[in-house]
Amino acid sequence: MTPSVPMLKVENLQVGGDGFLVVDKVSFTIGQGESFGIAGESGSGKSTLLLSLMGMMRPGLRNLGGSVRLNGSPMLGQSDAALASVRGSKIALIPQNPATALNPSRRIGTQIAEALLLHSALNPRARAMRVLDLLSMVRLPEPTVAARRFPHELSGGQLQRAAIAMALAGAPEVLLLDEPTTGLDVTTQAALLDLLIDLRHRSKVGMVCVSHDLGVLARLCDRIGVMYAGAIIEEGPLASVLARPGHPYTQALVASIPRLTSVGPPAPIQGSPPSLFDLPSGCRFAPRCALVQDACLGQPPDLTSAADNHKIACLRAFTAPAPVVNASVAALEKATSVLAVEKLSVGFAKHGIFDRKTPSSVVDAVSFTVAKGEVLGLVGESGSGKSTILRAIAGLAAPTAGQITLMSSGRTEILAARATARPLSQLRSVQLIFQNPDASLNPRHRVLELLAQPLILYGQVPRSQLREKAADLLDQVRLGPATLDRMPAQLSGGERQRVAIARAFAARPDLILCDEITTALDVSVQAAVLELIRNLARKHDVGAIFVSHDLAVVRSIADRIAVLHNGTIVEINDAQELCARPVSPYAQRLIGSVLDIPA
Amino acid sequence: MATVLLERIGLALITMIIIVVVVFFALELMPGDACSVNLGRGASDSMLAACQKRLGLDQPAVWRFAAWAGDFLTGDLGISMQRDRPIAEVVGWRLRNTLILAGLTAAIGIPLALGLGVLAGLNPDGPLDMTISGIAIFAMTVPEFISGTLMILLFSVILGWAAGVVTIGYKAPALDLLKASVLPAATLIFILAAHILRMVRASVIEVMQSDFVQMARLKGVPHRRIILHHVLPNALLPAISIIGLTMAWLLGGVVIVESVFNFPGLGRLAVDAVADQDLPLVQAIALLFGFIYVLTNLGADLLALTLNPRLRTRRK
Repeated sequence: MTPSVPMLKVENLQVGGDGFLVVDKVSFTIGQGESFGIAGESGSGKSTLLLSLMGMMRPGLRNLGGSVRLNGSPMLGQSDAALASVRGSKIALIPQNPATALNPSRRIGTQIAEALLLHSALNPRARAMRVLDLLSMVRLPEPTVAARRFPHELSGGQLQRAAIAMALAGAPEVLLLDEPTTGLDVTTQAALLDLLIDLRHRSKVGMVCVSHDLGVLARLCDRIGVMYAGAIIEEGPLASVLARPGHPYTQALVASIPRLTSVGPPAPIQGSPPSLFDLPSGCRFAPRCALVQDACLGQPPDLTSAADNHKIACLRAFTAPAPVVNASVAALEKATSVLAVEKLSVGFAKHGIFDRKTPSSVVDAVSFTVAKGEVLGLVGESGSGKSTILRAIAGLAAPTAGQITLMSSGRTEILAARATARPLSQLRSVQLIFQNPDASLNPRHRVLELLAQPLILYGQVPRSQLREKAADLLDQVRLGPATLDRMPAQLSGGERQRVAIARAFAARPDLILCDEITTALDVSVQAAVLELIRNLARKHDVGAIFVSHDLAVVRSIADRIAVLHNGTIVEINDAQELCARPVSPYAQRLIGSVLDIPA
Repeated sequence: MATVLLERIGLALITMIIIVVVVFFALELMPGDACSVNLGRGASDSMLAACQKRLGLDQPAVWRFAAWAGDFLTGDLGISMQRDRPIAEVVGWRLRNTLILAGLTAAIGIPLALGLGVLAGLNPDGPLDMTISGIAIFAMTVPEFISGTLMILLFSVILGWAAGVVTIGYKAPALDLLKASVLPAATLIFILAAHILRMVRASVIEVMQSDFVQMARLKGVPHRRIILHHVLPNALLPAISIIGLTMAWLLGGVVIVESVFNFPGLGRLAVDAVADQDLPLVQAIALLFGFIYVLTNLGADLLALTLNPRLRTRRK
C-alpha cells in the first residue's frame, strides 16, 4: 500500500461517561482507498468508536480526550448543525441493521434522494435518475421497482444494498461500515462483500469496517485492529495479524472461529470481558490470560511495534505458544437411533377470512434419523424450512404428511402432530432451545424458578431438593450456583443461553432441538456454547439437531450434516465428508460462499 | 391493497349484522314487551292481546326480527311509543346536535392534542413537558362531571363568559347550538386532548430514539427536517387509532357531559329513552351507537392503511 495523505485521523481518542471508559486511547489513520478493520466482541466499544468518528455520542457518553479529524477539520465537540454538511457527504455510515435504520414510512427512493437533496446541487429530475443509477450500482434487481418500495417490502440483503446506495449518494470519501453483513445468508453476504470490494477499488473511498467476524474483515480490509475492552490491543497488516497473532486475546479469537478445514468444536475463550466500570489496572486481558505474569498487572501495556507495522500491546508478544485446537474427535459408536423422521411435509395455510388459498409446502417429504449422542446439523438459507422441521418435531407446527417416530428407553412411539396432544413422557423427551434467550426466558423469573419448572413437571423433584438439582444443572453448563438468584436481565447473552440449555436438559430429554442458538452470540461465547452442547449430548446420550444458517458453525459441532434447500434435503452426509467433497451443486455453492480466514 | 381494503370493509359489515341481531334479541330477552310497558300494570289481558295484535307482537320473534330489520334497511326506524313521533325524526335532530358538539370538539381538540403531544415529546422531562403532562394526567383522572362542573363554575359563574347550561331546544338553529356547545366542547377537549397527547408524546419520544432518526442525523439531515420528515410521520401513526376511538366515544353520545350541560344530544336522548322505557327508541339508539362505533373505527383503519405503508402489504 502506497502511503497517502490521511483523510481520517484518530488520535488517542477516549470516549466514556462518569467513571467508565468505552473507548480508550484509540489511534489510527485512513488514507485514500485504504481499508481498516476493527475486530472485537460485542461490548468492546467498536460501535461507539464508529459513531464518534462521525462526531456522534450515544446518550450518557462524551469525548474525554483525543481527537478525530476529517481532512484536517475536527469532528468532535461540534454541534449537529455544524456537522450536517460533512455527515453523509464526506463521511457516511452503512448501518448494522438497515431494517431499523431506514425510515419505515418512506420509500427507498425518497430516502436515497434525500441524501442527494442535501448534498448535491441536482434538480429533482436528475436526482431521480441518480437514485436509479445508485440502485443499479449496488445491483438491486429492477431499480425502478425497488425505488418505489418501502423498507419492509425488501429482504435483509436487499435492504443492506439500499442502505449502501444511500451511503454512497453523497459521494463520501470515507465510508464507515458497522457489521455490514450480520444476519445475512452466506451467499448474500458473499455477494455484498464482492460489491463493497469492487466499490473500494473503483471509487477509492477509505473504509473503516467494524465486525466481530474476522472472515468479513479478511475479505474487506488490508489492515486490522483488534479491540478489547475499549482499547486496540493489536494492530497490523491483515495477513500478519491473522497468521501470527501476537496478543493472547487475538490468538484466542482466531482459534475460536469455526473453520471448514478443522475438525471438532473451536476452542472457546474462558471467562468474560471485564466490566467497563471496573477495568483491571494492568492489562485488561490479564484476568483471562493463561500467560499472565506479575508485570502484566501493573500498567496497561502500550502498543509496541513487533514487525512491519504490526503492533501488539502485550508484554509477552510473540512468546506465547500457538493456541491448542481441540482436534480429537472420538469415533462415534454405532449408536441406535433416537428419532426417525419419514417423508415429513409441512405447509402453512394462509390465514384470513377472505382469502383461503391452498396451503403452500414449506417442507417437502423430508426423511432422516438421529442417533443417540449424535449431533445432526441442518443447514440452509432462511426460508429453506430448517426451523419448520424443528417446529414439526417439537409439535409446534402440524405436518401435512409423514410421521415422526421417537425411540427412547426401549419404547418406540409415533409422536402426535400437536404438542397439546402429546402425553407428558413425549413432551419430556423432546426439548427445544430457541434462538434468542432474551425472548425464551421469562424476564420476571429468577434462574432458579426457570429451572425448577421442568424439574417439577417432568422430574417430580421434591421442593427441598430443587435448589440442589438446579445448581447441578448450572454446574453442567459451567455457571456458578450464585446464578440461581439472578434475573435473566442480569446475565450476559451467553449466560442466558447457557441457562436455556440447562433448562432443556433439566427435563432429561432424549432429543434436543437447537434453533440457531448461537446466532445472537459473540464468536468466543459461541464456541463455548457449541462445545457445551456437544459434550452434553455425548455425556447424556442425547440426540441433538442443530439448525444454523452458518455452515462453518454446523461443521464444528455436527457429526452429520443435512443441507436443506427449498424444503428438501439436497444432501446428507458425514460432516467431514460433506464439507470436503460436496456432491450436490447447492452444497458446493454453500461451501464456496463460506468466508474462511486464511490459516 | 384491494384485498386488505375489502377485508376490512367486509369485517365491518359482519360486525354491524351481529350488532343488529344482538340488539334485537337482547331486548327480546327482557321481561315484558312494548305493550305491557306502554299500557302499564293495570292493563287487562284482553287489552294487552289487542295491543300485541295491533303491533304484531303475537308473531314469532324470528319473523318479527325479519320484518323489523327489513323496515330498518328501508329507513323506517319505527314510531317512538312515548313520544308518538317517527323515531327517525326524534333521533335525526339529536344526531345533528351531537355532530355539532363532536365536530367542534374534534376540530379544536385533535390539532391541539397533536401539537401539545409533539411539543412535550420533543423536550421530554423539560419544564414544558412537565406542565403539559401534569395537566393531562389531571384531566384524565378527574371524572367528567367534576371537570364539567368546574368549567361551569369558572367560565359561567365566576367569569360570566358563557351560559352554564344549554337552555335552547333540540330543534334550535345550528348556529345557536354551536354557541351553546362552547362549554361542553371545552370540557370534552380537556379530556380528549389529554388521552391523545399522552399517546403522541410517548410515540414521539420512542421515534426520536429510533435507529432511523440517528441514521438521518448521520446522513446530515438538518434538525428541522428530521422532525418534519422522519419523526412526525412515524410518531403520528399510532395516534390514528386512538383518534378513531375518541371520535367513536364523542359521536356515541357523551352521556355524562351532555347531562351536566343539559345539551340536547344523542346521549341525553338515550338516557331519557331508557328512563321512559321507550323500547323501540332504545333499540334504534343502541343500533346507531353500534354503527357509529364500527364506522368510525373503520374510518380510522382505512386512514391508517393509506398513511402506513407497512399495513398495506400482507405478510408473506
